[in-house]
Amino acid sequence: MASKVIHAFYDDDDVLMLAVKKVKAAKHHIDEVYCPFPVHGLDKAMGLAPTRIAITSFMYGCVGLAVSILMMNYIMIEDWPQDIGGKPSFSYIENMPAFVPIMFELTVFFAAHLMVITFYLRSRLWPFKEAENPDVRTTDDHFLMEIEIHDNEQELKDLLMETGAVEINVSEKNSH
Amino acid sequence: MYTFSNRLKIASIILMIVGALGIIGGFVMAPGTIAEAKAMVASHDGGHGDAHETEAAQAPKENDHAVADTHGEEHDSSHDQHLLDQLKNRPWAALYVAAFFFMMISLGVLAFYAIQRAAQAGWSPLLFRVMEGITSYLVPGGIIVFVILLLSVLHMNHLFIWMDADVVADDALLQGKSGYLNPTFFLIRAAIFLAGWIGYREYSRKLSLAQDESDDNSNFKLNFRISAGFLVFYLISESIMSWDWIMSVEPHWFSTLFGWYIFASMFVSGITVIAMVTIYLKSKGHLPDVNNSHIHDLAKFMFGISIFWTYLWFSQFMLIWYSNIPEEVTYYITRIADYRLPFFGMVAMNFLFPVLLLMNSDYKRINWFVILTGIVILAGHYMDIFNAIMPSTVGKNWYIGIPEIGSVLFFAGLFIFWIFRALSTAPLQPKRNPFIEESRHFHY
Repeated sequence: MASKVIHAFYDDDDVLMLAVKKVKAAKHHIDEVYCPFPVHGLDKAMGLAPTRIAITSFMYGCVGLAVSILMMNYIMIEDWPQDIGGKPSFSYIENMPAFVPIMFELTVFFAAHLMVITFYLRSRLWPFKEAENPDVRTTDDHFLMEIEIHDNEQELKDLLMETGAVEINVSEKNSH
Repeated sequence: MYTFSNRLKIASIILMIVGALGIIGGFVMAPGTIAEAKAMVASHDGGHGDAHETEAAQAPKENDHAVADTHGEEHDSSHDQHLLDQLKNRPWAALYVAAFFFMMISLGVLAFYAIQRAAQAGWSPLLFRVMEGITSYLVPGGIIVFVILLLSVLHMNHLFIWMDADVVADDALLQGKSGYLNPTFFLIRAAIFLAGWIGYREYSRKLSLAQDESDDNSNFKLNFRISAGFLVFYLISESIMSWDWIMSVEPHWFSTLFGWYIFASMFVSGITVIAMVTIYLKSKGHLPDVNNSHIHDLAKFMFGISIFWTYLWFSQFMLIWYSNIPEEVTYYITRIADYRLPFFGMVAMNFLFPVLLLMNSDYKRINWFVILTGIVILAGHYMDIFNAIMPSTVGKNWYIGIPEIGSVLFFAGLFIFWIFRALSTAPLQPKRNPFIEESRHFHY
């Protein structure tokens, strides 16, 4: 379904933040904001739902911890027990201090890597993906606010000009 | 301007009185003679005595009768003297642990404060008066610790066995260390450290108050410079202090990261107390500009430094456990054999509890959650100092009883009394700190 959207450009993140707050105050829905760098507090100003990536991170950490315990138990205790430094590996719990660094590292490894992969999947980013940002300037020095038009083009244009936009375009958009 | 509320004042005085009774009770109950000491141990520890009897019964079978007997007697009498010393030490050790613990809190806050000053942090100036109030306890707390150390040097107790000339005479290792570990130099070091800490605290507080009335930023800049200099002095003196005042109760044993380990303990306890005092004052309607982002940041520090403490605790433990060298591993053998519950309980309180409770970002903003975790962290770090001092001074005759609880109550009362009295002497919000606007608008 094709729809008309308005693209407002800004050249400063503080101006953008104020503009987002004004547009929200005027009860318009902001589809998306494209930024060359992360803007602190923008997600709250846009009214986006809080991220759930912390919860996934905790779960991945738990998985990593479990994997490390099972792995060390198989490698060091069950499969090939050795006597290292006078501490024969016959019991996981008695040799546990030696395994703590591995348990820690794998917890961090799983949490970090799976969290990044989750983030890419959730953001629909993968290799050779065509860029979604509507204007190349948003990767350089401009910020772009995208608002869908529902027969209120002029009203939105006036509002956005007032908020300090440096350029306003109207274009067709194919939603995914 | 904060006024010290009567209810809190009375509560702190009651704590001091009850605590003082407990301390006196501890000294009165300590045995005076070997016979009393043996009776005390026999009355509440039957298993211990039984083990010795079977040992004694078996001994003659293995050896010639006469030799075994004299050996047994000698061993018994030295053992009994040792037991008496340990039981006599208990009220002293309880007093020392609690005195050190509360001194350590204010010293940890002083380090945190100096870091904020030296970093010119923008978020924390609203909390400077709270920190200055807590560091005011360094004066009485430091002096009390110094007096206890002085009494140890005067042989009023046996907390530090290297102070005993008879022990050193029989001990080649202690003789080798006597150039450093001797009572005179020990006291000189303690005096220098306390003078440096208290001197910085008083001078920085003076500059902080002067900045409110001044019309330029010269006091602020001078405070920045002396804080940076103080941090250098602090890191060296704190490390040496931890060897002197804690590690030397076990004079044969040493650990190279002990200074950091004690630092982590005092840092997290100090930050916890800043958060607790701030939340208390805010609940009474003071500190109107402190918002939940400030509490969030303090809780993040509580969370992070708890993990840092665990990292150091484990680094020390694992290397010694793994290498298993007799003179090193004895430290953990005694703790795991005789102090199993406090030793592992402390790790749960200082690591598992804060990690699980404060992991969620939202929980760091809930005041009662921070207070609850803070209480556990403080109790855990008291146990940390307890585990550091007690095994070498009272051995397996430890117990959390009247002397220990009395000492904690007494110093808690004194601590509360002193810091809230200091808080009531100046406005709780600095007026002319150049970063005060940033701190007021601090928003996470």
